[in-house]
Amino acid sequence: MPTLQEIALKTSGADARLVSGHRMCSGCGIGSLVKTILAASDKPVVVVSATGCLEVVTTIYPFTAWNTPWMHLTFENAASVASGIEAAYKSLKRRGKISDDVNILAIGGDGGTYDIGFQALSGALERGHKFMYVVYDNEAYMNTGNQRSGATPFGASTTTVPAGKVSFGKPQWRKNLVEIAAAHRIPYVAQAAVNNTMDLYKKAQKGFNADGPSVLAVLQPCTTNWSFDPSLTMQYSRLAVETNFWPLYEVENGVVHINVKPSNRKPIEDFLKGQTRFRHLFKPENAHVIVEMQKMIDEEWARLLKIEESGIQF
Amino acid sequence: MGIRKPITGAQAAAEAMRQINPDVVVAYPITPQTPIVEEFAKYVADGVVDTEMVAVESEHSAMSATVGAETAGARAMSATSSQGLALMWEIVAATPGLRLPIVMSLVNRTLSAPINIHCDHSDVMGVTTVGWIQIFSENAQEVYENTLLAVRVAEDERVQLPAMVNQDGFITSHAVEPVEIFDDAVVRKFVGVRSLERALLDVKQVKSVGPLVLPDYLFEFKRAQEEAMGKVFEVYREVGTELSAITGRQYPFFETYQTEDAEAVIVVLNSAAGTAKAAIDTMRAQGKKVGLLKPILFRPFPYAEIRDALKDVPVIGVLDRSMDFGASAPVYSELRNALWALEKRPAMQSYIYGLGGRDIMATDIEAAFEELLGGTLDSEHQRYIGLRG
Repeated sequence: MPTLQEIALKTSGADARLVSGHRMCSGCGIGSLVKTILAASDKPVVVVSATGCLEVVTTIYPFTAWNTPWMHLTFENAASVASGIEAAYKSLKRRGKISDDVNILAIGGDGGTYDIGFQALSGALERGHKFMYVVYDNEAYMNTGNQRSGATPFGASTTTVPAGKVSFGKPQWRKNLVEIAAAHRIPYVAQAAVNNTMDLYKKAQKGFNADGPSVLAVLQPCTTNWSFDPSLTMQYSRLAVETNFWPLYEVENGVVHINVKPSNRKPIEDFLKGQTRFRHLFKPENAHVIVEMQKMIDEEWARLLKIEESGIQF
Repeated sequence: MGIRKPITGAQAAAEAMRQINPDVVVAYPITPQTPIVEEFAKYVADGVVDTEMVAVESEHSAMSATVGAETAGARAMSATSSQGLALMWEIVAATPGLRLPIVMSLVNRTLSAPINIHCDHSDVMGVTTVGWIQIFSENAQEVYENTLLAVRVAEDERVQLPAMVNQDGFITSHAVEPVEIFDDAVVRKFVGVRSLERALLDVKQVKSVGPLVLPDYLFEFKRAQEEAMGKVFEVYREVGTELSAITGRQYPFFETYQTEDAEAVIVVLNSAAGTAKAAIDTMRAQGKKVGLLKPILFRPFPYAEIRDALKDVPVIGVLDRSMDFGASAPVYSELRNALWALEKRPAMQSYIYGLGGRDIMATDIEAAFEELLGGTLDSEHQRYIGLRG
């Protein structure tokens, strides 16, 4: 396992697979998480991006920030495109037309994964193509300005389900993508966060080396639409973990392992504070929403601990 | 000389695919296309081909995975019909812009609603504007040869565009006809292998495919795509000449039948052209000067050549197997467009026939000819063949 400094060098040197010059928002963590994941591959990486922030900011023609083979088709099909690339890879290898080994990586945001790309992802996982799917989850359609997705948390105000006089924002909890992916009985699924580089790197390595499909869900606080100071991205990511809002865990060959167990779980308010999408929750009439959110987080955490302790395979 | 096999149009498409032995085939079942992918899947299961076949969970994913495979460097193929084409429309439209020479069989079936599994051309006519080469086939023999031809035209360096090979659902796809299949080795030499020049999997030549393109460049991309479409004519002729050397048949942009001295010509796509030939034979025996023009290459559309072929014909009837609601029918529109530049324009009549698989008989076509030869025509209003009163 390389040190943090060694990982940093791999993400910024001449061999870096995503280079500077992209147009990500100041403070955006997508660059960090993608670079860390790409550095974890010991083979060349062929990348497929779903339409979204990452695709838009890395390739405005005639420029590209990708120093690795990269393609984009449309929004909802990164997993299908990766399926096709993997099929071509197997075929061209078998026929002796290519010789280089590669890893295949599909990347989408939460909209392109939890929502519109869900069927394509499930199909690809069921078929067992060897590729890693990464979702950078900023919890809504952020490229187009904060519209609700299946990953948007309970209580968040979005432009399509805004908080108002009779609404506290999103009334539903989010999907558990990691468990859904694990239900496909694939070799590796994990939840990671952008602030924990070592954990993310290790998980990306496991994902690339898995004997079949792997899924990595990475929390990516959005400075623009969660509306916090660009210097605080890593702090919000850390708070999401420390409040158990976003537990770091993995499901390896069906077995759950929690990677980080906060010794002193922080109250959810610590994570909510300072984010525009949750500002309305601090009004007295919405106090019950925070109470309910805390209850759900604690219940989910207790459930996750129980699953880990049981050793029961997914 | 080939071997004559009694096979369906769907099997003819699968037979061409067997000989092509593509690197990747991606498919999703839909009536009446399903027998193509079933037949091909058998070839895979029996080791007759060593294609990597992916049976996906929807047509949207079928075309997405085909695009992924083709971008990666594979020769990738797929097949669909009707609703399947509609579901994959987004990716069908994206494919020419990425300059990917994918070849797909389209077994023409009406587009819902109402739902109906039978033939008309409402599926393909919804995608003729997006930039695929469109080739139409009268019968199983043409399906087979057009599929081979399409691969070479699509992949030509001057073109690099996707191609659809059309055949009529059930009428062609499920009817058994004798089809002459040429020697595997000869056909394989003709189709060759796809160049890996643009392959994403050529990791030594790092490239970004499918970038965001803003108003400062997008227009130029589309102009280049249009220029490539314009090159199809010369490439189609060249590749057709090569294929002729194997098959002994010709590969024109359209077929004419008894048009030289014709006083009335009917223009019709696909299987109904065969019915029209039978009607023409009957009427010619009665001394009536009637003929047929069957478009084969529909995109790009050979306006000048068709204009030249029909310049001396006084009356033209165009039979469309789909409608463009509130506007002229698609084939009729193209013919009017092609003939507009003539100094002496013909009288024209638009007919709609065969929607949702309604049969068209030789007698229906004879009746249309009689109207063209002696009846009152109205070039502004379409008429209906075989419609209940």
